Amino acid sequence: MSALLDVRNLKKYFKTGGGMLHAVDDITFTLEAGKTIGVVGESGCGKTTLGRTVLHLLEPTDGQVFFDGEDITSPTKEELKKIRENMQIIFQDPYSSLDPRMSVSESISEPLVIQNKMTKAEIQEETMSLMETVGLAERFENSYPHELDGGRRQRIGIARALALKPKFIVCDEPVSALDVSIQAQVINLMLDLQEERGLAYMFVTHDLSVVKYISDDIMVMYLGQMVEKAPANELFSQPLHPYSKALLSAIPLPDIDKKAKRIIMQGEITSPINPKPGCRFMSRCRFACEACKEPQKLEEASANHFVACCRYKEI
Amino acid sequence: MSENILEIRDLVVEYHTDDEVIHAVNNVRLSVKKGETIGLVGETGAGKTTIARSILRILPVPPAKVIGGEIFFEGQDIMKISEAEMRKIRGNRISMIFQDPMTALNPIETVGFQIREAILLHNKIKKVDAQERACKMLEMVGIPMDRYNEYPHQFSGGMKQRVVIAMALACNPELLLADEPTTALDVTIQAQVLDMMKDLKERLGTSVILITHDLGVVADSCDSVAVIYAGEIVEYGTAVHIFKTPTHPYTVGLFNSLPRLDSTERRLKPIKGLMPDPTNLPKGCKFCDRCPHATEKCSTSVPEVVEVTPGHLVKCFLSEVK
Repeated sequence: MSALLDVRNLKKYFKTGGGMLHAVDDITFTLEAGKTIGVVGESGCGKTTLGRTVLHLLEPTDGQVFFDGEDITSPTKEELKKIRENMQIIFQDPYSSLDPRMSVSESISEPLVIQNKMTKAEIQEETMSLMETVGLAERFENSYPHELDGGRRQRIGIARALALKPKFIVCDEPVSALDVSIQAQVINLMLDLQEERGLAYMFVTHDLSVVKYISDDIMVMYLGQMVEKAPANELFSQPLHPYSKALLSAIPLPDIDKKAKRIIMQGEITSPINPKPGCRFMSRCRFACEACKEPQKLEEASANHFVACCRYKEI
Repeated sequence: MSENILEIRDLVVEYHTDDEVIHAVNNVRLSVKKGETIGLVGETGAGKTTIARSILRILPVPPAKVIGGEIFFEGQDIMKISEAEMRKIRGNRISMIFQDPMTALNPIETVGFQIREAILLHNKIKKVDAQERACKMLEMVGIPMDRYNEYPHQFSGGMKQRVVIAMALACNPELLLADEPTTALDVTIQAQVLDMMKDLKERLGTSVILITHDLGVVADSCDSVAVIYAGEIVEYGTAVHIFKTPTHPYTVGLFNSLPRLDSTERRLKPIKGLMPDPTNLPKGCKFCDRCPHATEKCSTSVPEVVEVTPGHLVKCFLSEVK
C-alpha cells in the first residue's frame, strides 16, 4: 500500500521586494495513515508554510503532493472541496483562529453545514457528539470564544478539524499558546483521537520535547530546507546534522543534574531571499568547509535516517 | 534581614472592576538574597507579573489596588516612599525586563538613544559619556557598537531582547525583574540569552527575580524557586528542593504534565481541571478542586505554611501531618 501523503520536491517561493524568498525549498517526505510526522525548526524556517502548502491553502511554486494515491497538486475548486474533507488543520492561536461572533456550536458545525450532506437535526446531533469527543461540556454550546479559556478554545479548533472525519490533520503549534497542565490535557486528547480514528498528523512545532513525545518521525527544517529526518528516538539519541545537534543541545531540561553542554551558534542567519546554492547553515556552522558551498544532497545515513550534510560522518 | 535585598511581606493585590473583584495576589511572602536568582513559576494568571509590577509600583491603578503588605528594598519600605523617590529607584536600582521585546521598545527612537535615555535619567553625566556607556552596554550584550543608531525594526527578536536587557542593566541595578525574558524567543536564542544573563549576574552581582512558566529555564538558571498558584506561593525552596523532592501536589502535577525527553510512556499525566476563577476562589486550599489527594478539610480551611526541611516551605495539609 502506498503512503497516505506523499510530498515530492515541494517548493513555495514568495516574491518580495528584494527577490524570491525561498520559504519551502525542495521538501520530500511521505506519511502513512495513523502516523505522526513532527516538523521542527526556528521561527521563520518555513514550517508553517510547508503545512499550508501541503493542504493547498497556499499554491505551491513547484513539486507534487499525492494524497491517497491521487495527485492533488493543482485541483479545481470542486476537487479541492472534496480534498479538504480529508485534510484539515488546527491553528496555532486559539485566540485569533475562531470567529468571535460565532458560538461554540456554530463554529463546530460550520464545516458540516458547508459540506451540505446532513439535515439540521443530524448536524445538531453530530455537533453534540463532537463536543463530547473533545471534552467540551454541553453547557458551553451557546458560549462565545471570549468566555472560554485557551485550552477550551483549542478544543473547539480540534472539534472543527474533526467534524468532517478527515484522515490527515496538520497541527500548527496546537499547544504552544497553552499552559503546561492544559497542554498535557490537549496532547492526550490528540493521542486518543489518533488511536481511535487512525488519524495521521503533521505536527508543526518549535517545542522539541512535545514533538519527541508525539511523533513517529521528525523532520528538522532550516531556512526552508529539510536538513535531517529520522525516527523520533533516533533523532534525539543520534542527531547527525550540526544544526540538529545545536538545536537539541539548546533545550533547557527540567532537571538540575543534567546540565546540558550547549552548542552556542555563532554568526548571522543567511537570508532566505535569493539564497546561494550551498548549505544554508554554513555561516553558523563550526564545521563549514569548501565542500559546503556546493548544494547538499540528502543521504540515507542509516535506515530511514536522512541527513543533508557532507561532513556528517566525521563530526 | 541585612543580607536580603528584597523582602515582600503579606502582599495582597486585587483588581477591582465594575462588577467583580479579582484576587490576583494573596498574602505573598518572599525574600531575595543578594546575588541570588529566584524563579517565580506558575501558569498564566497565577499572579507572577502582578508581583513584579507591585515591586516597581507600576501596577495599573485603577483597576489594581494594593490591599495590604510591605515591600522592603534594602531595609526601606518602598510602598511608603513618595513617587519622586520611587522614580529614583525605578530603572536605576531595580529594573525590569519585559516579556515581549517586540513591544517593549519605542519604534521611533534608535536603540542607542533609548539606552542612553535610561542612563541620563539616573546619572548626572554628559551626553557623550552616557553615549559611550550605552555603547559599552550594547557590546556587553553582544551587539556591535555600530548598530547604535539603528531602529528596533532593524533587529531580530533575540537582538531586541538583548537591547531590552542592555537597557535594564545600564544603571547597574541591584535587583533585576525578568518577566518571561525568553518566552518569545526560539530555543537557540533562548540559550544565548540565558547564558548571557548568567554571565552578567556573575560579573555585576545582581539579584534576579526570574518569572517564567518553563521549568527547564528554572532548572538552568535559578538558585531558589517559588511556585505560585492562584496568587499564593504554594511551595518555596532551593532548586534542589523543588526538583528533587517536589512536595506540594500542584508542583508534583506540574512536573508530571511535562513531556519528558527520556520518557517512553504513551500518555502524559495532566493536572485535571482548570485554574480556579480568581473572582471566586475556593474557601480552603486554592488547589483542592484539582488535587488528587484533597480531603474534606482542604475545601473548608486554609492550610498553614509548613517547613518540611530547613528552607523548604510547603502550603499543604499533607505536609503538616508528617
